This record gives sequence, C-alpha cells and structure tokens, in this order.
Amino acid sequence: MLRLEKRPQPSRVFAYLTPVLAVIITMIAGGMLFAALGKNPVEAIRTIFWDPLFGEFAFYYRPQLLVKGGPLILIAIGLSLGFRAGIWNIGAEGQYIVGALCGAAVALAFYPLEAWYIFPLMILAGALGGMLWAMVPALLKVKFGTNEILVSLMLVYVAENLLAAMALGRMKNPEGHGFPGSRNLKDYPSAFNDEIITGSGMHWGVLTAFLAVIFAYVLLNRHMLGFSIRLTGEAPRAARFSGVNPTRIILFCLGISGLMAGLAGMFEVSGPSGQVSIDFNVGYGFTAIIVAFLGRLHPVGILLAGLLMALTYIGGEIAQGNLGLPSAAIQLFQGMLLFFLLAVDLLTNYRIRFVRREAA
Amino acid sequence: MTGTLLSIKGLTKAYPGVVANDTVSLDIGTGEIHALLGENGAGKSTLVKMIYGLVKPDGGTMQMRGAPFAPPEPRSARAAGVAMVFQHFSLFDALDVSENIALGMENPPPLRDLAARIRTVSEDYGLPLDPYRTVGGLSAGERQRVEIIRCLLQDPKLLIMDEPTSVLTPQEVGILFETLNKLRSEGTSILYISHKLEEIRTLCDTATILRLGKNVGTCDPRETTARQMAEMMVGSELQTPKGTGATPGAAVLDVSGLSLPAPTRFGTALKNVHLRLHMGEVLGIGGVAGNGQDELLAALSGEMRAAPDAIRLKGQDIGHLGPTARRRRGLLAAPEERLGHAAAPDMSLTENALLTGAVREGLTANGFLKWGKARSFAERIIETFDVRTPGPDNAARSLSGGNLQKFVIGREVLQRPEVLVVNQPTWGVDASAAAAIRQALLDLAGNGTAVLVISQDLDELMEVADHFAALNEGRLTDTRRTGDLTIEEIGLMMGGAHDGMGIAHAEA
Repeated sequence: MLRLEKRPQPSRVFAYLTPVLAVIITMIAGGMLFAALGKNPVEAIRTIFWDPLFGEFAFYYRPQLLVKGGPLILIAIGLSLGFRAGIWNIGAEGQYIVGALCGAAVALAFYPLEAWYIFPLMILAGALGGMLWAMVPALLKVKFGTNEILVSLMLVYVAENLLAAMALGRMKNPEGHGFPGSRNLKDYPSAFNDEIITGSGMHWGVLTAFLAVIFAYVLLNRHMLGFSIRLTGEAPRAARFSGVNPTRIILFCLGISGLMAGLAGMFEVSGPSGQVSIDFNVGYGFTAIIVAFLGRLHPVGILLAGLLMALTYIGGEIAQGNLGLPSAAIQLFQGMLLFFLLAVDLLTNYRIRFVRREAA
Repeated sequence: MTGTLLSIKGLTKAYPGVVANDTVSLDIGTGEIHALLGENGAGKSTLVKMIYGLVKPDGGTMQMRGAPFAPPEPRSARAAGVAMVFQHFSLFDALDVSENIALGMENPPPLRDLAARIRTVSEDYGLPLDPYRTVGGLSAGERQRVEIIRCLLQDPKLLIMDEPTSVLTPQEVGILFETLNKLRSEGTSILYISHKLEEIRTLCDTATILRLGKNVGTCDPRETTARQMAEMMVGSELQTPKGTGATPGAAVLDVSGLSLPAPTRFGTALKNVHLRLHMGEVLGIGGVAGNGQDELLAALSGEMRAAPDAIRLKGQDIGHLGPTARRRRGLLAAPEERLGHAAAPDMSLTENALLTGAVREGLTANGFLKWGKARSFAERIIETFDVRTPGPDNAARSLSGGNLQKFVIGREVLQRPEVLVVNQPTWGVDASAAAAIRQALLDLAGNGTAVLVISQDLDELMEVADHFAALNEGRLTDTRRTGDLTIEEIGLMMGGAHDGMGIAHAEA
C-alpha cells in the first residue's frame, strides 16, 4: 500500500526533477496513445521532439522555435508573477488580442507615412492596450471583490468579437478586394517587426521575451516588490502583517501580465502574422498558462518550458503532416504534459512510502 | 479506584528522524483522573493518538480491562468506550449545536430526540448548553461543552482531554472540574493532558510525565510540588523570569476610543477601547479566546486601520498608518498564529527575517534586497535566542513550535522596538522556551520598551505584567495593577463586568 508523507521542507532535488520526470512520463503515455491510434510510437515521439531540431528540415524549423516560443515566454512570464501571488489571470489571450489591435491601430493610422517613431509608438500602444484590458478584472476585484478568473476569461470572448469586428470593419484593408483582414504590415517597413538577424527567427518580440525573463528574475529574487509578491502567494496574512498592500499587488500583477500579453500580441501582429485577421489568435494566451506552470513559475524555467512547448507545437504539426496524426491527439499530448507535471509535483512536498497493509 | 481500566505496555512509535514514544508503559485505573504531563514534542499527542486509534504503534501492547486492545481506527476505539475532546475543536460555525453533534455520530437519532438527550446530559453534568444555538455565536468555553457532550453521549469508559482549560476563564475551569469530578465518581476514567501544573495538582489522582518520548516518572500530584513536576518535565532546573523592577516612565502609546467593525462574520468588533502604555511597562491583556485579541493586535500592528487619532505613538497620530510606517516609528508586533501570520511557512528563515525587519534593519536599498544583511540578521536572531535549526536557509515550517516562536519574538525584540505588542507569546511552547521568551520580554521592558502582552494564560500574565486589563466581547476593562488583583477579580474582569468600574468601586 502506498502512503504519502509530508516532507519537513520542500525537496530541492524534486523541484528541479519533476519537470523532467513529467516530460518523460508524457512521452511514455503519449507513445501509448499514438500506438493505440495505430502509429509507431517511437517514430511519433521522434518526429515531435527530434525532427524539428535535428531532422532534415531543421534549418526551417529552428527559427520557428523562437517565433513560437517568444510570445509563449513573454506571456507566461507576466502570468507567473500573478500566479506567484495567487492572482489568476486566465485572460491573457484577450489581452494579447487587444494589444495586437492597439499596436496595429497605430500602424494603420499612420499608413503610409514612413517614420522611425512609428514602431516605438506601436510598442507603447500594444503594452497599454493589454494592460488596460487586464485592468478591468483588476479594478473590479479591488473595488467589488469579483473573481478575476471569471472576469478575465470572459473578456477573452469580448476581445475575440472585437477582433472580428475590426478585421471585418474599421481595420479592413480598403485595397483588399473585400476580403476580411487588415493591410499586411510586412509591406509597411516602418511598422514591420522584422527579424533582427535574418533567418534566425529572432524578432523584437523574442528579444523582449528574453529581457522579460531577466526582469522577472531580478524582480523576484532581488527586489522588495518581488518578495512581496511571493509572500502574498505563500501566506496572505503574513504579507498583510508584513505591510504589503494587497490592492497594489493585485493592480501590479494583473497590470504587468496584461502589459506583457499585449506586447506579445503587438509583436505578433506586426511580425509573423502581419495582419489583423479573424483567426489571428491561436491560443498562445492559454498555452502560456501551461508554460508558466511547466516552468515552475520560475523565470528560467519558463524560458525552457516555452521553448519545449514551442517544440511540441512544431513537432506536432510535422507529425500531423507526415504521420497523419489527428490534431486532437497532439493537443491531448500537450495537455498530458501539464497533467503529469501537476501530478508529479506532489513529490516536491511529499514522499511516497510503501507500507505493508496490516491486518485490522 | 477499583482495578485497572487501560494498561499500556512498552508502546513505541517512531517517525522518520524521531522516536515519538519509546517503550512507554502506564496504567489508568477505573474512575481515576490521570494526568499526562510533558513539554511540547514529548510525545503526549502521539501516545493519545495511539489510544484513540489514529496512529498505529510500531511495538508494544495495550489492554482494556484485561482484553487486548489495538484499535485500527477511531471508530473501534469509540466502540470500546474511548472518547476524546481535542484541543482544537472540529465544529461548523454555521450549524447549531445538535446538528454539529449529529454530524459526528454514526447513526444519529432524529434531531429533536438528540436535542432532548443533549439537554438531559448537559443538565446532569452541570454544563448548560442550548442545543438549538448556532455554534458561531458560542464562546470557546461553550464550544468545548459541545465537544464534551458529544463524548458523553457515547457513555465513555475513558475520556481523553487535550489541554481543556487553555481557552477557559477561571470560573469556567471551576465548572469543568465539577463535571470531571462527577464523571470520576460515576466510574469514568479521564486521561487529562495539560502543562498547567497547579490544575493537575487540584484535579488529578496520578500524573505520568513524558520527556523525549519516554515515561520519566509517575507521581501523586497532590504530594509533589509544581516545581518538582516542572523539573521532571524539562529534565533540568527551571529559570524563573525575573522582572527588572524598573518604574514605568512617560506614556508612549495612547489608544483612545478605538472602535472597529468585526473583520469577518465570526470576528469580534472592538468597542471603544482605551489604554495607555508607558516606557518600561508591561501591560498584560487577558481574556478568553475570541473576545477581540486578534483584532486588537491587528489594530495595533496596522493590519486594520482606524481613525488617525484613535492610536497615538509619542503624541503622533498613527491610527491610519499601515504596518510598515508604524514599524518605522517603533511600534512592532508579533501575532499569535506563527505559521501563516507571523511567519510564512514555506519560506526560509532569512526570508522570514526580512518579513518584518526590512525597514528597521535596513535590509533594502532603493527597494533592492540585501540578502547578505538579511541572512546575518536571521543568524543573529538564531544565535541570540537559541533557535534550534540547522541554519537560516531552513523553511519556517521545519521548526518546532517553540523554536519558531523564539524566532518570531526574537525578530521583533532585536529590532529595538519602542512599543512591542505580542499575542499569545508562549502558546503551545515548551516550558524552557516559554521561560526564555518571557525573560526576553522583561529584559526589553527593563531597557525602556513598553510591552503589551495579550495572552489567555493568566499565570503568564501574572508573572510578567505590571498592569492588567481584560478583553470581553471587544471591550477592554480599565487597567489595574496586577499586584492588587485577586483571581476572583480577574475572573470577573474577564467574564463580562464590562465597565470594570463595578470592581473598582467595590474595592474603594
């Protein structure tokens, strides 16, 4: 019989080991899933994890790792600050959309003027847009004690409809022959978020994501505000006793996570995506939640988890194309990752003991 | 006393890294009140849990009236006639008394019949209790009655009571003792866990003393002095805290007309609280739990804000300021709940040192943390207050209650406060740590700090405080000199003589 015993203090070894363990278990369980679907499990796992990095077409996929990983990391870093404090922003997808819309709006308003200040203005607009969208749940929570999970999630659907309205209405390309979607910003040099090094996949958004990792690391480990955030999450009463103002923490955490999600959306719409379209958002805001937890809410962990998640996205696409795996199976596979992580997470605080069942 | 009810032989239980009970043997006679004494961590709880079927022993045997007794779960222990009143009540605030009791029964009778039985039992044993009252509105003493009646309804042969008097007024203790004596005369055995030695001397027939998991002796408490028993518990000679005898100086803290609404539904509102605290004075505030102690501490620490002039520190209005601003001005506090309030359980001691020390110890610069300085502050607390821990990197929750309490009090004392407010400074702390903490508070007062001690332990207050006041339903009585007070007067102050003037007049 198995029994769980609480450790006197959290195990450091397991804190680092559990993500690795979760990935391995996911590979095994995922392999079984693929086998049940009639595919060769070893080949499927290799296609997902190996081919994008070292396969025949790796030169094409490797930059994609940064393009897909960048927004995931940037959003997840913002979310992790709130999660550390027990503030659950589930609506990053909506803040991502609004950030993209605000950034694109600046670009489209200036079109076709070419000036150096357009791109910085777009960054500012994207950041502000995402932040303001997140301020709605923040202010409602502070003023009326509403649940930020529900409000932020609901606002995702509002944002999606706003996106559709913009793509079909105000932001529609006047020279687009009636097709939905805005002008393509790739054709507007002052607004285009180009690669910093050609062919690397490294655009300004990826750079911002890396800067966010460093910012979050310094904040959490070296600054009183980061300490207050962690304290609020660990022991809210102790935080209050320590002198932490809960209102400020709520506003800051939701604000910064909205800001980062807004930035991610702005860099996406002005770069890899290029235009405001109905299907602009592909779920980065939700996947980032998985990334944040997979990275143990630690900045460096999130960096690695974001790249890993991007890998499963790219590998999953290859597996769909080459092996004919259904996309649902790939999504299931990604879901398993979080599921197993949360399951083995238990080992950080508990140890398993084998106990012989004694006769009652 | 006729024969042995429960006989324990060589009971052993080990947990990883610690032997909680090491071949403990003892006999509980029929109709006997048997005291179980020991410091925190001496193994009292483990022993009792094994009797009650919550923990399975690694070795040793138990016999109930000559028959082997090894309850695999509490249900079988209850079936064998063992009942237990826990230190922490497991009651639902929103339900009434009879509903709460029905919840704990295997086959509860219809509520109306149950209510009638509750009424009968409560009258038989002198424990007045209305079965239809909502538990949320009951005092701690009344809640305990619910638990006791829940046990008595099972008609137990052995009643285990874990620190039953820690939440009672002296008058309520009297009522409880009458009940226990009545039970004894009817042949019920009682295993009575406590560290209040005088109580054990008045109530119990036999006392077994545990130290570090071992039975270190059995004595007749009526013929043993409290000091002897305490020394058996601790295993060494006890240091009694010594006051400094300094005369209090100028007033530093002035609370006038402090009223605050209850922070939660089951909290207590503070009603027009007045008090004045002088340099070098120790003011003890007594009262039964749940009468506004937590709220008073929160109002003084700054967790709850009041009108600016309701609290004045050295003539400055501070009622509207938060904890950090008050700390900067020299008003420090240590709340009752160690884990989760005074300290963050999963954070290291260094981080916990930072929790209140950031401002006064200069542990930050422009908002950036000075980890090295925070760590040495934590090390200084550990060193000065003899906190037993491998080092400042250990999580707060890995410390025993007494050690963490020494850390929490030490953290505030080392910041040289002008006013220190503590709530239950030695609650659940072993005797030697309690003595060390009390001595630290007295030393602090000796150096001119004004100390406010909120406590439910009257002996503690009498030991450390120059002046005494009591909280009752959020009201504070007038302050009296401790030396002039009798136990009866204290009981009256705690138990609802709201104006406090009645006593003063009667005396004058």
